[in-house]
Amino acid sequence: MTPTSIALEVNGERIEAQVLPRLNLADFLREHLHLTGTHVGCEHGVCGACTVRVNGEIVRACLMLAVQVDGNAVQTIEGLSDSGEVADLQEAFRNRNALQCGYCTPGMLIAAQDLLKQNADPSREQIREHLSGNYCRCTGYQAIIDAVESTARSRGSRS
Amino acid sequence: MTAPEKPEALSVLDRPNSYIGKTVPRPNLDRLMQGRGQYVSDIELPRMAHVVFLRSPHAHAKIVKVDAAAAKRMPGVIAVVTGQELAAVITPWVGVLSHMKGLKSAPQHAIAINRVCWQGEAVAAVVATSRALAEDALESVVVEYEELEAVTDMRTALDPPTPVIHASLGDNLAFERIHSAGAADQAFADADEVAEAEFVFGRHTGVTLEPRAVVADWNAAEARLTIYQGSQAPHMVRNIAALHLGIEERQVRVVCKDVGGSFGIKVHIYADEMATYALSKLLRRPIKFVADRVESFNTDIHARDHRCRGKIGVKRDGTIAAFEIDDLTGVGPYSMYPRTSAIEANQVVTLVGGPYVTGNYRARARVVFQNKNVMCQYRAVGHPIACSVTEGLVDLAAMKIGMNPVEIRRRNLIADDAYPYVSPSGLRFEKLSHHASLNKLLAMMDYDRLRVEQAGLRKRNVHRGIGIASFIEVTNPSAAFYGVGGAKISSQDGVAVRLDAQGSVICQTSITEQGQGSESLTAQIVGSMLGVPMSRVRVILGDTDNTPYGGGTWASRGAGIGGEAALQATKILRKNILDVAAAILQSTPAELDIADGVVVNSSDRAPRIELKELARIVYFRPDTLPPGIQPELMATRHYVPREYPFAFTNGVQASWLEVDTETGFVKLLKHWVVEDCGTIINPQLVDEQIRGGVVQGLGAALFEKCVYDERGQLTNANMADYLVPMSGEMPDIDVGHVVSPTFESELGAKGAGEAGTAGAAAAVANAVNDALRPFGATITEIPLTPQIILTALGRI
Repeated sequence: MTPTSIALEVNGERIEAQVLPRLNLADFLREHLHLTGTHVGCEHGVCGACTVRVNGEIVRACLMLAVQVDGNAVQTIEGLSDSGEVADLQEAFRNRNALQCGYCTPGMLIAAQDLLKQNADPSREQIREHLSGNYCRCTGYQAIIDAVESTARSRGSRS
Repeated sequence: MTAPEKPEALSVLDRPNSYIGKTVPRPNLDRLMQGRGQYVSDIELPRMAHVVFLRSPHAHAKIVKVDAAAAKRMPGVIAVVTGQELAAVITPWVGVLSHMKGLKSAPQHAIAINRVCWQGEAVAAVVATSRALAEDALESVVVEYEELEAVTDMRTALDPPTPVIHASLGDNLAFERIHSAGAADQAFADADEVAEAEFVFGRHTGVTLEPRAVVADWNAAEARLTIYQGSQAPHMVRNIAALHLGIEERQVRVVCKDVGGSFGIKVHIYADEMATYALSKLLRRPIKFVADRVESFNTDIHARDHRCRGKIGVKRDGTIAAFEIDDLTGVGPYSMYPRTSAIEANQVVTLVGGPYVTGNYRARARVVFQNKNVMCQYRAVGHPIACSVTEGLVDLAAMKIGMNPVEIRRRNLIADDAYPYVSPSGLRFEKLSHHASLNKLLAMMDYDRLRVEQAGLRKRNVHRGIGIASFIEVTNPSAAFYGVGGAKISSQDGVAVRLDAQGSVICQTSITEQGQGSESLTAQIVGSMLGVPMSRVRVILGDTDNTPYGGGTWASRGAGIGGEAALQATKILRKNILDVAAAILQSTPAELDIADGVVVNSSDRAPRIELKELARIVYFRPDTLPPGIQPELMATRHYVPREYPFAFTNGVQASWLEVDTETGFVKLLKHWVVEDCGTIINPQLVDEQIRGGVVQGLGAALFEKCVYDERGQLTNANMADYLVPMSGEMPDIDVGHVVSPTFESELGAKGAGEAGTAGAAAAVANAVNDALRPFGATITEIPLTPQIILTALGRI
């Protein structure tokens, strides 16, 4: 196998890298860029722990190859945290204890933010539905649903 | 959510600005929310190599030959190591405890030698410069097997024609316990009605989102091994690693940073983890092992594979006359090390009938070997089985005599003023609150209104059910759990607290954090007892070099045991600080207090000296202190319960659900829990422990099952085929509390980690049967899949 050159933007930073065609995006982010906030849970697209954004859309980084993001813009939890985009959501997670071990949290935050961008006033049912591809073994989900719901409400009252 | 009731008497906890009993956010969550935590899978060290394990495709086979020649020539490969080769650096182990009388098991190796006993047992280790290269090479290792007959059905494991898995043990019986109390035969004979059923529990597993992972770093120059591992019990890991590598405990350091879920899965020591420690020593470099999801399903301990025949006798007035059970469980080919695989069955015998007054009880539990993955302790060990059997039988009895399920419980639950109380299985209960809990639950759920709603919907062919399950929970275990059986697993915990030179507090505790809130509860206790803001308390945990010796976080012991140690250590530090302050201020300790980081007058709360100023004097200008004073701004205390072997808690759960009798699907509508864990340190953390626990129980009730075929092949070892609870199917869960503190400790806290899981499946099963009552169907098997339900309805 010969490495391929890719050039992309990750969290606003220009990245050029040589990668093997078989390398998936999650391993590229974690092992090549040391962005370890993208977690690997199942490596077959079910658990949602590796959720990142590619050109604004959420994807499972374990189901995408690094070569597929050549020329694209990738955002991870580190980038979304530093830009402040999910700061209020993180605050709501903290106040509601919507995380325990924290392993699902980066993916959960990115998926929740995706919902709130599409739907400013989701019902609890809609929140549950949108997050139903993100596995959390610790919380039982209710605290997460509460935190997303309260963020939607406070964003609504601000705008 | 209902606010906890305050204990009546004032205690050491009722200090000004106390954090005890308050919902405060856990410290240091930003790290996890920003993706800046450090889980074991994130760790990289210089010269680190990666190990992957070649695992047996057979449930039972002889290893005829391992040919690694081609693999060793593959790019990046550092070594290919067989069980025989690894045995030069690590000794085998046998998972037995002396107080589990008769428990037997066979020696288990880090990597199989000569024979594999379950599908997934490691046969060889491939070490390479990257995980991908190691996996490439793995495919070139050729193993010749001679397949042996696999023992897979626990029901026939003891029959004479069934092969004995370990010839040296004589049979496949790992453990048997027989217990008898009162006069069960007479009680059944005198009963007006007797109900019997076989309760079947699916084998399931923990599915921690972060798989098991280890980085082992043997530094040959220091002759020290550093193990980075997400363990719930770091001092136990240190002891076991040292024992089997032939070194001393002081040569091993275990570091637990962030842990991506544990639930009992990460309280054991697995063969592949032992192999990783040994490989680091053998190859003299850091070695990393991260299980992939398929490996997790095939090697993380499984639990709950039980078939339990139960019998209940009842009088027409609702008095329960007797319970009887015959429990059978298959635990895989070895008893797990070092906690053993006999504990779950033992707990079932101990806990069945636990909430009720009848003194007539007979039980047998048998634990058999089989060629499947090992089973061992997972969250709420034995509780869900005992609770499902007990509560299922109580509902069957109620049905036989035509009594409401609430009424039969009211007539038989141990009275709230009957404590201390000894159960038929010999358990000593200090103080439980079954009736208060049940009353609170019924009020929260508006039981009578729900019954009316249910009856109305039935007329429209909508089938909803209500299920209730009372339970008891084992928490705060003393040495009675493991220590008395010879396992070097500490039942005490230690905490050291010190005032630093800027007036902040450093606290080292032997309990560990996997997200429950150990760090938070420790900071809350230390801050409250000392009189400093939580933000000034730094808690250090999960490092055997830098914390006192102790048990860790498992079996609902962190708050009750580790919390009490924190309280006692902080009391000493507070006294020491006040002694120094009195000397500096020419006052007496009794006239002084500490509040918000400042020494104040007890009387008028006037500030006297800030802790940072006191610390400055002590550390940098001790020459200005009166002669003869040697301040001790550090204090250490340990705690272990001695009076009660376990601090029992209790609670009750209810489920409200709808069964689609056409498709067999169950829709969970609402779930309620009332629980009594004694003093509540942080109400939000307790409630979230309970909700998380309930959902694990709901997974077992409806979805989760490791499906083995008759040849011992696990057929659903992935997350697409093994179903776990996701947000879409889970209900909202209301949690309420009754507070009966334990008087054994000043803190009064008992555990809450198992409560949710203990009763959730029982409540759901009772609710499904309640919903199906018009069809005359009763189901005593979980998970309650559409197939099971439609079969019971005679539709398929």
